[in-house]
Amino acid sequence: MREQMTDLWPRIEPLLAKVEKPARYIGMERGSQRPTHRPEQVSWLLVYPDTYEIGLPNQGLQVLYEILNERDDAAAERAYAPWIDLEAQLRANSIPLFSVDTHRPAGAFDVLAFNLSAELVYTNLLSCIDLAGVPVRSEERGPDDPIVIAGGHCAFNPEPLADFVDALVMGDGEEAVGEITEVLAAWKRGGRKNREAVLRDLASVPGVYVPAMYDVEYDGQWLRAITPKHPDVPAVVDKRTVADLGEWPYPKHQLVPLVEVVHDRLNVEIFRGCTRGCRFCQAGMITRPVRERPWEQVRTMVRDGLQRSGYDEVALTSLSSADFSGIDGLVADLVNNQEGTGCVGLSLPSLRVDAFTVGLASQIQKVRRTGLTFAPEAGSWRLRQVINKLITEADLYSAVEGAYEQGWRRVKLYFLTGLPTEMDEDTLGIAELGRNVVEIGRRYNKSASCTVSLGGFVPKPHTPFQWFGQNGVEELKRKVFMLKDALPKKSGVQMRWHDPEATFVEGIASRGDRRIGRVIERVWRDGGTFQEWGEHFNFALWMDAMAAEGLDPDWYVTRHRTADEVLPWDHISAGLHKDFLWQDWQSALAEHGLPDCRWTPCYDCGVCTDYALEHVVASAVAPAGGSQGTGQDLSFGAEVPVTLRPRGERSELAGAATGPTHSRKHSAAEGVRQ
Amino acid sequence: MKGSDGIPVRVRFTKLGKVRFVSHRDVARAFERAFRIEQLPMAFTLGFSPRPKVSFGLALGTGHESLTEYLDLELAESVEIDELPARLSAALPEGIDVSGACELADRAVSLQEAVDTVELQLRLVDLDSATLKGVIERALAAESLPITTTRKGRNVVEDLRPAFRSLVVHVDDDGAPVVHTEVNTRPRGLRPADLLLKLRELADRELGAGEDRVLRTHQWIERDGARLEPLEADRATRNATPLRVTSKGLTDDRRDNSGGQDLRPDFTDVEHADADFAAAESTAARRIA
Ligand code: B12
Ligand code: SF4
Repeated sequence: MREQMTDLWPRIEPLLAKVEKPARYIGMERGSQRPTHRPEQVSWLLVYPDTYEIGLPNQGLQVLYEILNERDDAAAERAYAPWIDLEAQLRANSIPLFSVDTHRPAGAFDVLAFNLSAELVYTNLLSCIDLAGVPVRSEERGPDDPIVIAGGHCAFNPEPLADFVDALVMGDGEEAVGEITEVLAAWKRGGRKNREAVLRDLASVPGVYVPAMYDVEYDGQWLRAITPKHPDVPAVVDKRTVADLGEWPYPKHQLVPLVEVVHDRLNVEIFRGCTRGCRFCQAGMITRPVRERPWEQVRTMVRDGLQRSGYDEVALTSLSSADFSGIDGLVADLVNNQEGTGCVGLSLPSLRVDAFTVGLASQIQKVRRTGLTFAPEAGSWRLRQVINKLITEADLYSAVEGAYEQGWRRVKLYFLTGLPTEMDEDTLGIAELGRNVVEIGRRYNKSASCTVSLGGFVPKPHTPFQWFGQNGVEELKRKVFMLKDALPKKSGVQMRWHDPEATFVEGIASRGDRRIGRVIERVWRDGGTFQEWGEHFNFALWMDAMAAEGLDPDWYVTRHRTADEVLPWDHISAGLHKDFLWQDWQSALAEHGLPDCRWTPCYDCGVCTDYALEHVVASAVAPAGGSQGTGQDLSFGAEVPVTLRPRGERSELAGAATGPTHSRKHSAAEGVRQ
Repeated sequence: MKGSDGIPVRVRFTKLGKVRFVSHRDVARAFERAFRIEQLPMAFTLGFSPRPKVSFGLALGTGHESLTEYLDLELAESVEIDELPARLSAALPEGIDVSGACELADRAVSLQEAVDTVELQLRLVDLDSATLKGVIERALAAESLPITTTRKGRNVVEDLRPAFRSLVVHVDDDGAPVVHTEVNTRPRGLRPADLLLKLRELADRELGAGEDRVLRTHQWIERDGARLEPLEADRATRNATPLRVTSKGLTDDRRDNSGGQDLRPDFTDVEHADADFAAAESTAARRIA
């Protein structure tokens, strides 16, 4: 029987007095909606499978929440994974997962739609489905059960979740959710009869992957092929891309939580996509090309957003915010034109490492100059060429010098370890950079400090490093402790690192195939939820589950893949040609950098050329002072094998770009010209 | 809040319904945002990290409801005080309604120090009024009511008996028993949760699946033998505007407090008290619904 749309609040309320931070479960945020559900509408429950504090700030779900609620044929509410104390209470009292907006049972919605931001949340996804009273395996669901959908970056390798999720959406969700709604509305009108048929209809929506519509063939341990079961099901599912971010000024009413959350400020997404080409970065690879939001729209969204929310801080988000055309002018404008709202803070996540960035930061942080973060990612120039993060030591030191000189006292440096071709001298290079940074800092301030944050590298699908064998737990630990020894307390450098065991498990899920689903299910059944949380992460559960399923962890994690191997995500496309990725992998091994195609000729990675897309940028000239692939200030260290070719159209644009206007770079045409 | 040019203001608000689960601190943040949404410029502290000048009254436990919460703050510019309740209520979450505001006299004592007593209504699930009456008789007859509680992470034994001035039980319109109590805020505030525990201990009935509810109905400042509502107690005399009906129907003066007579509710006069609490309760019920 379908769950009725009833208000569970009277049953939830007495439980909230017994749990931590009960306000996480009451909804009522400014910007939230309480839709009335009409039977002809498709009701979506948007679920973030981690705690409210982490999930609420997720912009992807907030965007979709608004877009769906603006539609006549849809209504959307939200849910988050209840923390362990409430989950126990709910189970003890037979109360299902509920929406925070109107406290309706999750099972009463037509769609349970999950955001997948990180692999370690997968077990929480199962616990949310189960808590909704829905069978965790797709094949066991009946016509009365909701359709389980997922999207977000991790969907680009859908296979580990293939047994549990009915349909996954690749890429931007803005348009896809509308098309899915139409398919489901038709299904509801027809009396929700045949689940198989509606899944097949979903499979023909562009960007939607329905795992049950595909056969998986193995050859012993090896994956042989993943092929559609029916002729109308696509052999390769291509991602969705909104061509112009300017058409999607969402969220318009960003949710303002009543409890403190991890990212408690207004967010305005200033561009989507990044073509810096860092080879370890899945986000950059799968979100190409660059689509900037028009300047005017950014300003309006900042102004209206602050006014509606009452926030006093705004983050201009993107994958590399300093690359936004005319960012310095925009920042100056926002800092200098604050109408009436008091002290407004501005933050730019994901900044480049150079003096320009420090200049920007000092414009913003006029008073509170406590900490500044840079991400050089690797300890030597050689290795930074391998990963295509072309920051010279001069860049770093001048950025750091600028920061300390202008009053910052703490600098945080992010690094990865376990990168391809990494040798101990590269790892130890991190220590040297850290020590030099402290030395520079002490020239300006006796209490200057530097924190080195070290993450273990996990190769991600749809990147040039997808073939690379990840470092095992022991190897990562060895490197971490080697570095720790090189950075004794007296060095003035503090070091933090990510748990190598968690990195290993992330590796299982990141490049896993369909067989990993059974491992995820086992870990969940054995109580392994909230694996993102250090105190709940349980490595033994994962290893035991792998063993119980007869799967070899090293085969999945530390093994180098070969060129001819079928990868579990080969039938999913982010637009990047596999031979482009392979070529880039070879360039990496040859220590060759690759320029940013926003400012240099297209090298035909496949995205724009195949999807008839183009970069949407206001200025096609590289930003002043920026290095990292722009070819500027790269004299230090070694010769950079990045070639920059002048281009007629580009210089025209550059000439015209005195004030940032919204223009497009026709890279598809250039791709052909190459 | 001395030594600045801001305009000191006191506001009174409710905390009813789902929003009762929001912590004291988070309510403060919601107010800060509400002032910004309404573009009501707050005065800020000086220094490296300027903070708005806001000071809250006695903390209300997370999960408890109230008809009368107060906060003091300083505005950077003068505004129409009469408009404050409606404007702030619109910018605050449902269940937090600003029911009154006044400009504060210079050098008014801070809320935390000024408030002398608070009145509470307690609803204990699964305890009938006969049981509660018995419990209350024993509580009132006892010389001391020791309870082990934690203060700053340490276990301490405290006596609850001196904390309350009155303790009675009534039956509401639906026949449910409600404990009314007036408690002192000094030398140490009584925590309603501790009182609930004690009453349950005396009744020898542990809390089961349900939830005991707490509603703060009044806060009082005593001055020269008179009991004053905090907005009236320290209202600035210059351009004082009498507060009338506010945004969502709560009137400022539910009690007749003209003339400064002793307003201590007479708990022997059940009729009076019940009518008063019934009005308060029906407001609460409406909000929750
Ligand atoms: C804001 C932000 C945060 C915030 C909020 C995160 C959150 N819970 O969402 C905070 C500060 C909490 C955060 C934390 C972390 N972050 Co972060 N974050 C970002 C940032 C800057 C912006 C994200 C954003 O708003 N994007 C815009 C929205 C609209 O896009 P979207 O979420 O992808 O959603 C679209 C589609 O994916 C799709 N979609 C998404 N969900 C769904 C669901 C369905 C059903 C459908 C149909 C479609 C769909 O539709 C949406 C609209 O098109 C990105 C960088 C970036 N620009 O992406 C990094 C980024 C996502 N973060 C990253 C990382 C590594 C982290 C941390 C792990 C950092 C750490 N070490 O702790 C944590 C992880 C926390 C977690 N579990 O999510 C990486 C992810 C790397 C990767 N997966 O390859 C990114 C890409 C930055 C980077 N380059 O390193 N982050
Ligand atoms: S197709 Fe060309 S321009 Fe477009 S992202 Fe790929 S390399 Fe850059």
